[in-house]
Amino acid sequence: MSNELTVNDHIPIALRTEALEQILVERGLVDPAVMDGFIKTYEQDVGPLNGAKVVAKAWTDPDYKARLLDNGTVAVGELGFKGPQGEHIVVVENTDDVHNVVVCTLCSCYPWPLLGLPPSWYKDPAYRSRVVKEPRTVLAEMGLDVPQGTQIKVWDSSSEVRFFVLPRRPAGTEGMSEEDLVPLVTRDAMVGVAEVIAP
Amino acid sequence: MTVDLDLDGIAAPPRSNGELVFAEPWQSRAFGMAMSLAEAGAFTWDEFRDHLINQISSWEAGAAPGECYSYYDCWLAALEQVVVDKGLVAPGALADRGEELVARPAGYDHGHDHDHDHDHDH
Repeated sequence: MSNELTVNDHIPIALRTEALEQILVERGLVDPAVMDGFIKTYEQDVGPLNGAKVVAKAWTDPDYKARLLDNGTVAVGELGFKGPQGEHIVVVENTDDVHNVVVCTLCSCYPWPLLGLPPSWYKDPAYRSRVVKEPRTVLAEMGLDVPQGTQIKVWDSSSEVRFFVLPRRPAGTEGMSEEDLVPLVTRDAMVGVAEVIAP
Repeated sequence: MTVDLDLDGIAAPPRSNGELVFAEPWQSRAFGMAMSLAEAGAFTWDEFRDHLINQISSWEAGAAPGECYSYYDCWLAALEQVVVDKGLVAPGALADRGEELVARPAGYDHGHDHDHDHDHDH
């Protein structure tokens, strides 16, 4: 293979990264200012708060919830949440009978516009392989005991579909406004490894 | 590939949930390079993702028991491979430049003025 890369193990990875960036910048293929913009966006601006707003709206607006379950990409776009990795969002709803949990078995596919970049456990080989084979055990290890009578569905995100969990609205929050519900919704609940807890 | 990213629209701050997005500065640079190149049409995101999947599965097939997994090591290797495959960078150029950087005098100060003030979380 003429394109085979010879990666020298003694070059520290930070220097390999710097070498690549230097060459790409010299050739005009990337602009450091554009790179900085992407990094800042995903470090500071795009994160699970977006997903929490979607969930709180779905909990308080039945028409929105119906649209969300019908076409996730369009419904989250109504709230302005779109962009890379947000093209094919499918929303799965937790109920008393079914608990949904999301994984990407091959790499790290994740709905960036709603949750930001994935946490390290989501990318970890152990989570990716084990949650498919023994979801109840893995969830229990992560602190979520799913009742035996509740079915667990595991959804494998890919480039074609990125799944997003609509958690159950906790009992005791009936009188709360959409705005007050938002802070209750955690990233982990929207991946399906936690429940939303009433305050 | 058109990346429809609204940089100014959604100003809502993410909740960190106790974790940094990037553990080390080089990881953020590797992320930024892939995003920039995809947006510029140098490759499609799916092309990059295919390389990323290959790197991850190779690591998983060859890892020694207990060997620490680094997602962004796979990410960088995928990025190096896709830019070579696309003819953007000659295969030997990365290693040559890397050797030059390794040979820099001790105490050389990182030449960029990016604001890397992260703490390392592991």
